[in-house]
Amino acid sequence: MKPVSGIYRVALKLLMNDKSKFTALLVGITFAVFLMVMMMSMFSGILARSCAPVHNIGAKIWVMDPAVNNTNSSIPMPDYILSASRSIPGVNFAVPLYFGSALVKLKDGAYQAATVVGLDDATLFGRPEMIEGRIEDIFAENAFVVVKDAEFSKLENPTIGTEFEINDNRGTVVGIAQVASSGLFGVPTLYTTYNRAITYIPSARFTTSYVLIEPKSVADVPGIQKAIARLGYEALTRDQFVRKVANFYTFKTGVGMNIMMMTAISFIVGLSISGQTFYTFILENIGKFGAMKAIGAKGNELIAMILAQAFVTSLIGYGLGVGAASTFIIIAKWRIPDYAAQLTFQTLGLALVMVMIIAAFSSYIGVRKVLQIQPFDIFRG
Amino acid sequence: MSSPVIIRATNLVKWFGEDEARTIAVKQVSFDVQYGEILYIVGPSGSGKTTLLSMISGILRPDEGRVFVEDQDLWSMNDDELADLRLNKIGFVFQDYHLFPRLTTVENVAIPLILQKKEWNEALRLSRDYLEIVGLKDRADLQPVKLSGGEQQRVAIARAIAGKPDILIFDEPTASLDGDTGRKIIGFVKSNILNDKRAIIIVTHDSRIYEYADRIMKMEDGKIVGYENNHRYEK
Repeated sequence: MKPVSGIYRVALKLLMNDKSKFTALLVGITFAVFLMVMMMSMFSGILARSCAPVHNIGAKIWVMDPAVNNTNSSIPMPDYILSASRSIPGVNFAVPLYFGSALVKLKDGAYQAATVVGLDDATLFGRPEMIEGRIEDIFAENAFVVVKDAEFSKLENPTIGTEFEINDNRGTVVGIAQVASSGLFGVPTLYTTYNRAITYIPSARFTTSYVLIEPKSVADVPGIQKAIARLGYEALTRDQFVRKVANFYTFKTGVGMNIMMMTAISFIVGLSISGQTFYTFILENIGKFGAMKAIGAKGNELIAMILAQAFVTSLIGYGLGVGAASTFIIIAKWRIPDYAAQLTFQTLGLALVMVMIIAAFSSYIGVRKVLQIQPFDIFRG
Repeated sequence: MSSPVIIRATNLVKWFGEDEARTIAVKQVSFDVQYGEILYIVGPSGSGKTTLLSMISGILRPDEGRVFVEDQDLWSMNDDELADLRLNKIGFVFQDYHLFPRLTTVENVAIPLILQKKEWNEALRLSRDYLEIVGLKDRADLQPVKLSGGEQQRVAIARAIAGKPDILIFDEPTASLDGDTGRKIIGFVKSNILNDKRAIIIVTHDSRIYEYADRIMKMEDGKIVGYENNHRYEK
C-alpha cells in the first residue's frame, strides 16, 4: 500500500497539533452535523409514520378522492367506484378499505381515540401480521385485532378476550398483531372487517375510504389510472401516494418548513464556525505557507494541503456528529416509544453533502488566502 | 583564477507602485556570485537589498534584466519550474525563521525533502542527519518554541540545507540574535555549510558579522555603490 503522501501528513499534523483550533473545528462541525441529522431524521420519521398505513396495508394502487392529501383524512367514495374499479381492464382485483377513527371506552371508563381499519370481508386484503390469535377470528362477533405498537399500552395492554366499548358497541380483542410502522398521531390501531367498521362507526352516505387495486401487471397501471381519472377520482401507486402524503407534510403544514429551516440554521452554524476557525488557522500560519512557497511548494501542493485539512476534519466531524445523533436516537427510542426519528441513508447522504459544502467553503477561503500570499512578502516581513 | 559563476544578474530593474506612486527599487543592477563564496548584500533600509535578493532567487519577477542560475535563464521559466528550481537549487533562511510551531524540529527540517517527494520516514531520517550537522540532534523531537533563538536559527539552516541546494540565501540572519550568537551562527555556516559547490548570499545590516564575508556588495537607492573584500573587516 502506498503510504500517505508526506505533504498530507504535514498538513494534518499542522492542524491536529493545533489542539484548540482542531477541537473548535471538530466541535463546530460535529454540532452542526448532529443538529442536521437530528432534524432530518425527525422529519424522515414523521414522514414515515404519516405514510405508515400505505406501507402497512401494502396495496399497489390506491383509489381515492383527489382532495385526499394524507391517509388519515380520507373522503368517503360511493360504492359504484368499487364496482367500476373491478370492471377496468387490467385490474386483477379491487377491494374496499375503511379507514377512520373512533372513541374506545376502556374498562376504567376512560375514553381513548383509536384508528380503525376495516378490511375487505371477503379477502382481508391488507391484514396485519398476527403475533397472537388467528386472523380468521376477526369474523367472530364484535371481533377486533389490536396492533401491538408504541400506542398499545393506551388501550391498557389488552389481551385476547379483553372487551371494550366502541361507539356504544361491544368490542372484543381476538388477536394481537404487528405492523411495519406505527402511525403519526399517537393513537392505537384496531383492525376489523369492512362491514363491521361501517356498522360500528357512524358515517355519512358514502363509506368506502379507499379502493385498493391489484393490477394484473405493472404495464396495466397507467390504463387503470386513466380509467379512474375519468370517474373523477384518483388512482395512485404506493410510491405516488407516499410522495403525495410527504409533499403535504413538507409543503402544506408547518412541519416541513420548520424542520427545513432548523436544518438550514444548523448548516449555517456549522459553516460559520468551521469557516471562521479555519480562516483564523490559515491566517495564523500564512507566513509559514508563504515560506513554503518560497522554499519551493507549488500552488497545487498548498491547495492539496488545505483541502486535506478541511476535508479530513469535516469527515471526522461528520462521523462524530452521526455517531452522536445515532446514540441520541437509540436512547430516545428506548426511553420514548413514540419517538419518531429514523436515520436513513438519504439523511446520512444529505448530511454528508452539507458537510462537504462546509469543507469546500472552508477550503475555499483558506486556499484563496494562501494563494494570495507572495513569498516576497515573507522577505519584506 | 576565479571560481565559476553560479548566479549572473544583468541589468536588473524593478519598479513598485503605479502612476504617481511609482518608485524604482532596483536600478540597472548587474553582478555575479561565484561558487564557494559568501557574498553579503548590505545597505540602509530601502536600498533595494531584499528586492534584489528576491529577483535572483526566483521569487520576484524583474521588470527588466535577466538572472542566470547555473546558466538557466530564471525568468524564462513558468511558476512551477521556478518552484522546482527554488526547491532543488536554493535554500532560504528567513529573518523570522518561519518554522511551523506545531511541527517538531525534525519535521520542520524535513519539509524541503517532503516537497522533493521523499518518503516520510526517509525524510525524517535525513533530517536528523542535518540536525546533527547543526548540532541539534538531541532537539529533534521538540517543537521550535522550546528552542532558543540561536537554536531556531540553526533549525532554519538545517531546513535550508536539507534540499542540498547550491545557493543559500540568508535574510537578516542575525536580526533576532545577540551579537555573540549571531557571530557564532555565521562562523558555523562559513566553516560547516559553505563549500566549493555552494554559494551563500547574506542580506544584512549587521556589521558585527562582516568579518565572515568574502565579498560585500553595498547598495544605496537601488544601485550597487561598491564592493569591499573581506580583508577590511578581518580582526
